[in-house]
Amino acid sequence: MRYQNATAYRFLAPYLLIFAIFWVWPIIDSFMISFQATRTVPWRFAPTFNWGRLIGDPAFFNALKNTLLILVIQVPVMITLALVMAVLLNSPLLKARGLYRFAFFAPVVVGEVAYSAVFRLMFNLNFGIINKLLNSVGLPSVDWFSNVTPAMALIMIAVTWRWAGYNAIILLAGMQSIPEDVYEAATLDRVSKLKQFFFITLPLLKPVIVFCLVLSIIGTMQLFTEPFLITERGGPGGGTETLGLLLYRQGFRSLNFGYASAVAYTMAGLAIAITLVQLWLTREPK
Amino acid sequence: MSSLSSARLGRSIALHLFLTPLALIWLFPLWMMVVFSTMPDNGIFSPGIELLPHGNFLDNFNNLQRDTDFVGAIGISVSVAVTYTFLSVMLTSMAGWALARYRFVGKGLVVAIILGTITLPYAVVLIPQFIMVARDFKLANTWVALIVPPLFNSLGVLFMRQSFSMMPDDLFDAARVEGVKEWRIFLFVALPLARPMLAALAIILFLASWNNYLWPLLINSQPGSMTAPVALGTLIGLTKVSWGGIMAGAVMLTVPMLVVFVLLQRHFIAGIAAGAIK
Repeated sequence: MRYQNATAYRFLAPYLLIFAIFWVWPIIDSFMISFQATRTVPWRFAPTFNWGRLIGDPAFFNALKNTLLILVIQVPVMITLALVMAVLLNSPLLKARGLYRFAFFAPVVVGEVAYSAVFRLMFNLNFGIINKLLNSVGLPSVDWFSNVTPAMALIMIAVTWRWAGYNAIILLAGMQSIPEDVYEAATLDRVSKLKQFFFITLPLLKPVIVFCLVLSIIGTMQLFTEPFLITERGGPGGGTETLGLLLYRQGFRSLNFGYASAVAYTMAGLAIAITLVQLWLTREPK
Repeated sequence: MSSLSSARLGRSIALHLFLTPLALIWLFPLWMMVVFSTMPDNGIFSPGIELLPHGNFLDNFNNLQRDTDFVGAIGISVSVAVTYTFLSVMLTSMAGWALARYRFVGKGLVVAIILGTITLPYAVVLIPQFIMVARDFKLANTWVALIVPPLFNSLGVLFMRQSFSMMPDDLFDAARVEGVKEWRIFLFVALPLARPMLAALAIILFLASWNNYLWPLLINSQPGSMTAPVALGTLIGLTKVSWGGIMAGAVMLTVPMLVVFVLLQRHFIAGIAAGAIK
């Protein structure tokens, strides 16, 4: 096949143009802005201004701590749950499969604002249905919005509800692409279903699980809407403030673009580091 | 033989006993969204447990429309999502076509860069994008600002590249022998063949635009230029606001997508699963 540079780039041109303007340049620009003092006119180059502030800023470490805490707890719980959903939805014994699929996959189409509003009402202290149901079985009400631990739990519950089905879709598709005869052979050899799951499904599904993990980690790393809308701008008292929210406040409330860019690059650094560790831990043995 | 089938029956019952409560829990927030949207505010904030819909949806909708121009915002959201979907499908399928069917200098680099952006947080480009669109281009509070910057997406291109590369060569070679131009082959041979994949891509892109929140919140913050999620979001947290109205808005944002999801489930699932499956 001969080279067709002109034709190929004509097809690629609009896409690459958008990419260059709205991604490549911003990635570079963001890096440069993080080395500038941006609340003076004109901006001036001050390499340690933002980064120096970052490493001594308790608000940054609070947001970092909250983000990592959500990451470490919520992502594994959600992926495990998604795996359970996918395995069970894949079972040949399941009746009314469509109804179950709808139940778990429906949150995928629900927008962040819509579900944030519903969760706020459901978890309301005095009138929320969750506390009413807790009371009806003799449990005390939980003040989901004024205490840090329940507020963090609420954010994790909300994100898990929204995204578990999404991951289950990807995992289910992965499972269905595993050839049937592998399981047939195992069944003939009287390998139990449970063992089949751990010794056939899981290993063959590893790349798909890693993909889900990477996407979820990057998503959770940037968590913004849920603490913004559900726990009211990261409340109580910054207890659910995330890096995404800190970036928003610094960049778009205080209009401190330099500092916000430093926060953004910290998020990118973390995402890349975690992804690399992830890929390295799950690398194919040579 | 009968013991084997009774074991199967036992397993089947256990499966349903576990999955049914989980499914009900998962449906609960959506159900409550509908229930809240039909209740008057003093019903939502009352001590009783209400699990069934009432008849107040229209009143709630009127309250919402009084709090913010939600109908106008829906109009913007629909127009933006339709335009965005069309442009993005064209852009990503053209790029996917080039990557799937041509040999060219720099191809490896282009693919590597696209793959690299999947793991790059959007936060990194957010601030310069905002400065560029709002200050340099002076496009804040316009449709262009809502549509153009989000046009870049990496998973869609990889999905279309995959779709086009699975098509047999002779389909296109026959047209080439006839002297048909490449762009005509793309438009009139390749695209029609890729219709199921295009449908999957279009649904996912439409949904992404419809639900997009952070970028529209930042760039189109003027009343009258807000998308529906942004307009609804401004009400959450206000003290004197109709929560029944907010819920009516949430239902109007969600239920059409749920209907689309049910009708086009296949395409939906294909579009989401596409990211991971080679």
